[in-house]
Amino acid sequence: MKSLAELEEIRKKTLEQINLRTEKHEMRVVVGMATCGIAAGARTVMNAFVEELKKRNISDVPVTMTGCIGVCRLEPIVEVIDKDGNKVTYVKMTPEKVTRVVTEHIVNGRVCVDLTIGEADKK
Amino acid sequence: MKDLSLHLLDIAQNSITAGASKISILICADKERDLLELELTDNGIGMDEDFLKEVVDPFVTTRDSRRIGLGIPLLEASARLASGKLSITSKRFVGTTVKADFRMSHIDRLPLGDIANTLTALITARPDIVFELILKNNNESFVFNSSEVKERLGEIPITEFEVLTWICEYVNEGVKNIFGGVLDEILG
Repeated sequence: MKSLAELEEIRKKTLEQINLRTEKHEMRVVVGMATCGIAAGARTVMNAFVEELKKRNISDVPVTMTGCIGVCRLEPIVEVIDKDGNKVTYVKMTPEKVTRVVTEHIVNGRVCVDLTIGEADKK
Repeated sequence: MKDLSLHLLDIAQNSITAGASKISILICADKERDLLELELTDNGIGMDEDFLKEVVDPFVTTRDSRRIGLGIPLLEASARLASGKLSITSKRFVGTTVKADFRMSHIDRLPLGDIANTLTALITARPDIVFELILKNNNESFVFNSSEVKERLGEIPITEFEVLTWICEYVNEGVKNIFGGVLDEILG
């Protein structure tokens, strides 16, 4: 049986880690989570981001959601926004593509051009 | 939508848009009456009577990206497919309750889906909102409340990965205890 008391242990463990954190990515990830996005699998994509960021120990890139971005046929849609507000829009996302976006874009700063909305519209 | 947990995530978006600071989800499986009920209550801005009458119409929406909104009509369709119905009550500046019921044993009743995942997705996106989840069968109930978790965590954010993992496991255990053997898709 799990109990709320276990949170105390998590708190102690996490507190030490938090104090050691110094990195500053200043990016954020926004997942389109309206009816269209959810039906297309946005929830799995969002969780994949949370997991992938954890795997790489990135703790300062918040993952949030928004309503319909407006291009329902290209859902699930994800926006990666940097500290200056520059927005890259990724379309038809899958958990596999999330791994790439985290590695190439969020960690190494190289936009995955082939997954962006601009490329999708050329097809 | 493939399952009920996705419907719940979708309907919760309406509450978030309505500026709710508390969202309460109740899932009740009544084996004796063969009835599965979902109820989502928020303290958002609510709807006035005129809008409430029209809200099940797919061509009624508040968003401005286009003129259709399918969240509520799709949930209504899913409920009707399983001999159920949808009802909404709302009061301007007080809040809204969306209720959907399903004939539990109906062959077209959608499976429950990953409730824990829906909850953690909502908490990840909006840690500032209080989320409550109540699961009930004929004899027992399970309650999760995010403000209770926050209290225990103190200065640790609820969006910490370890905390989210714990919430997932905690809720999954609740789902198994309450619905295991009651809903066909969840083993006892």
